[in-house]
Amino acid sequence: MSVRGVAAVVGIHEYESRFDPQASELSIEAESARRALDDAGLEKSDVDALYSHHGWNLAEYMNMFPDVIDTTQMGGGSYEFFAAHAAAAIAAGQCEVALVTYGSTGRSGGRAVERNPIRGRVPALPDGFEEPYGPTTLGRYALVARRHMHEFGTTSEQLAAISVSTRKHASTNPFAVFRDPITVDDVLNSRMVSDPLHLLDCCIVSDGGGAFIITSAARAKDLKKKPVYILGTGQAVAHPGIGNRDLTTIAAGQSHKHAFEEAGVTHKDIDLLMAYDSFTITVLTTIENLGFVKKGEGGAFVETGALDLDGKLPTNTDGGGLSSNHPGQRGIFLIFESVRQLRGEREGNQLKDPKLALAHGTGGSLSTRHSGGTIILSTEV
Amino acid sequence: MATEQQPYRKPLPELHPEIAPYYTGGLRAELMIKFCPNCNISFHYPRTVCPECLKSDTVWRRASGKGTVYSYTITYQNLSPGFREEVPYVLALVDLAEGVRVMTNIIDCDPKDVSVGMPVEVTWERAEELAIPKFRPQKS
Repeated sequence: MSVRGVAAVVGIHEYESRFDPQASELSIEAESARRALDDAGLEKSDVDALYSHHGWNLAEYMNMFPDVIDTTQMGGGSYEFFAAHAAAAIAAGQCEVALVTYGSTGRSGGRAVERNPIRGRVPALPDGFEEPYGPTTLGRYALVARRHMHEFGTTSEQLAAISVSTRKHASTNPFAVFRDPITVDDVLNSRMVSDPLHLLDCCIVSDGGGAFIITSAARAKDLKKKPVYILGTGQAVAHPGIGNRDLTTIAAGQSHKHAFEEAGVTHKDIDLLMAYDSFTITVLTTIENLGFVKKGEGGAFVETGALDLDGKLPTNTDGGGLSSNHPGQRGIFLIFESVRQLRGEREGNQLKDPKLALAHGTGGSLSTRHSGGTIILSTEV
Repeated sequence: MATEQQPYRKPLPELHPEIAPYYTGGLRAELMIKFCPNCNISFHYPRTVCPECLKSDTVWRRASGKGTVYSYTITYQNLSPGFREEVPYVLALVDLAEGVRVMTNIIDCDPKDVSVGMPVEVTWERAEELAIPKFRPQKS
C-alpha cells in the first residue's frame, strides 16, 4: 500500500523562543499543539492520534485519550518517521487527525553535550566499545568528515560554504539565534572543536519545539490553510554492522529510494531541500546520499552557492540548526519550513512558487548508529 | 603497557561474559576478536550470536594486533572527567588485518602526526581489572 497523497500537513507551529527558562518540555508541546490546531482550524477534540516522545505523559498533560499513540525514538530524525507512520495510520483508517509534537529545554536545562560524568560502568553493547575512547557527538561526525576528505579531497572551505549559505538564510529569520552574515574565513578561523570540524561547522544548542497536524486528504480540503500533501516516505537506519561500514554512506542512501519511488517524482523536481544540519558534514553527506549529486561531488557543489535561495538546490532556508535553532532533535523544523515555503508563507526568504520539498531527518550519530527519514511534500497530489 | 594513575576516571564497560575477552586479553598481551566458523568471518563488536548466520558457536581468536587508521579526529573539547585532562586526544577507527574496524585511541605520538592509512599496532591501557586496547604507530 502506498501513502502517496493520502494525507496532508494542515497545521504547524514552531515555538518561537530559543531560550525559555520558564517553559517545560511538556508546556512547549502543549502550547505548540494548540497553536498548530489553530493554524489548521481544528480543535483538540478532533485529535485522535498522538506522536511524541513524551507519549502518555503528554496525553496526561493535555488530558487526551488518543486511539493511536507512537513514541518512535529515532533521535533527531524521529519527526520524519512520525510523519510516515501517521500517513500510514490514516491510510489504514486507524485515525483521522494526528498531532505530532516536540519540546526541549536543551539550552535552559543546561543539557549541553559532553559535560556530565558517566557514573558507574557503561553497558557492554554497544557503549562498551565506544565510550572508553571518548567519542563526543562532534567526534563521531568528525570521523566522517575526515574520511570524506581522504576519499574525495573535500576541503574545510567546502564544508564552510554550507555554514555561509545557511547563515544567509538565517539572516532573514527574525527568530534565528545567529543572523549576522559570515564568511568562509570566519568558519575556518573559528575554534577547532574536533579536527576537522570547527565551531562554526557545528549546530547551536537552543530551547524550542513545535507541533504539526496531519489529516486525511479528504478532510484537509475543508480546513483553513492550503494542504501540503505527503507524497513519499522512506525510513532507514545505518550502523557499523560487523565492523566494515563505509563511513560516507549514510541512512539517507537507503531511505530516499522508497520516498522518490512512492512520490513518483525525480530529483530535478525538488524545489527545496530541508537537510538535517547537526554539522556541515551532515548536510554534505545527506545531499550525496539522497542522490542530488554523486558521492564525492558534494564539496564542489555546495561551494558554488548551490544552497542559496537562488542556487541549484535551495537548502535549509530557515537558517537550519547551524544558525536558527537546535534543541537536540531538529527533524520537526524541517517539516515546518517545508510547509511554510510550499504555502508561500516564508516572508523574507520565500522561494518562487515552489511545488515540492524534500525533508530528510538524521538522528543519532553518523559514524555509529543513526536514522534517516525522508519525506517528500507537495502542494498538489 | 601504559599504567594509568588511579583512580581511573574515563568510562569503562560492564565486563559482561559476552565481551570480556576483548578487555581482559590485554592482560596477556592478546587482542581478541570474534570469529564465526560457519561464515568464516571475523566481526566486531563481539557478539555471542553471529550477526550473519545467527548461530551461537562463535569463537574468540587472537588477532595480529596490526592495522591501519581508517579515520580519526583530534578532539580538542570534551568536558567529561578523564578526557578533559587528556585533550587534545585522537579518537580513531582502525582497520585490523583481520578485516574488522575498531574504535580506539591513537596514543604514544603527537596527534598531528596521525594520518589516514597510517600503520598502527595494539597496546593497552590498564584500567582497574581491565586492559583497554589502544593503538600506536607501528615501529618500523
